[in-house]
Amino acid sequence: MIDVLYFAWLRERIGLSKEQVELSAANVADLVEELKAREDRYAAAFADLSAVRVALDQELAEFDAPLAGVHEVAFFPPMTGG
Amino acid sequence: MRVRVQAEPFDFGAECGAFATGRTDAGAVVTFAGIVRDDGGLARMELEHYPGMTERALGRIAAEAMRRWALRDCLVIHRFGTMLPGETIMMVGTAAPHRADAFAAAEFLMDYLKSRAPFWKKEFGADGAAWVAAKDTDEKALGRWSED
Repeated sequence: MIDVLYFAWLRERIGLSKEQVELSAANVADLVEELKAREDRYAAAFADLSAVRVALDQELAEFDAPLAGVHEVAFFPPMTGG
Repeated sequence: MRVRVQAEPFDFGAECGAFATGRTDAGAVVTFAGIVRDDGGLARMELEHYPGMTERALGRIAAEAMRRWALRDCLVIHRFGTMLPGETIMMVGTAAPHRADAFAAAEFLMDYLKSRAPFWKKEFGADGAAWVAAKDTDEKALGRWSED
């Protein structure tokens, strides 16, 4: 199992801030495809991946990054701090 | 070097005073505050963040500033939660022997905080609520700090 976190409008569109997912995906892109196939709200949230960022164990990562050994995946829009 | 992430308001003047006072090793202190701006009709802003990653990201950005410039110290305070127009969202402070390093490091900290610290702003006004979109100019601003 892997923890999947959602922030900002991804959290709102999916309707969850955190869930546990049975891990079969090899990398982030595969995990996104699995989530999109589940329900429309996931497909809507991940429709435009250019507007989505990902962190693996709280470090920014790319969509082709492998998930082996990862405990926590987070999806969120581009950050707006400061 | 100190990083604080908190919901509570902080006293910008008192933080600046505490940061600048009693130094004999730094001839220059630069401080910057980010304030909730009302461009018309803003009732409040909510700042969401990623607990854990926020502290790590801010710590890394501050450590990178310490590595790149001859800083004696740096301070980052960033709030999350609900804020009203005029409230202080965040601040940075840098202390260096000379001002060029203090100014440059403060700008570096701000550029990275804008687009590499996991915060998301949502604005609430008379017309409803909207997430603040990241600006291309903020992303491009990081390019000037490339060491390649």
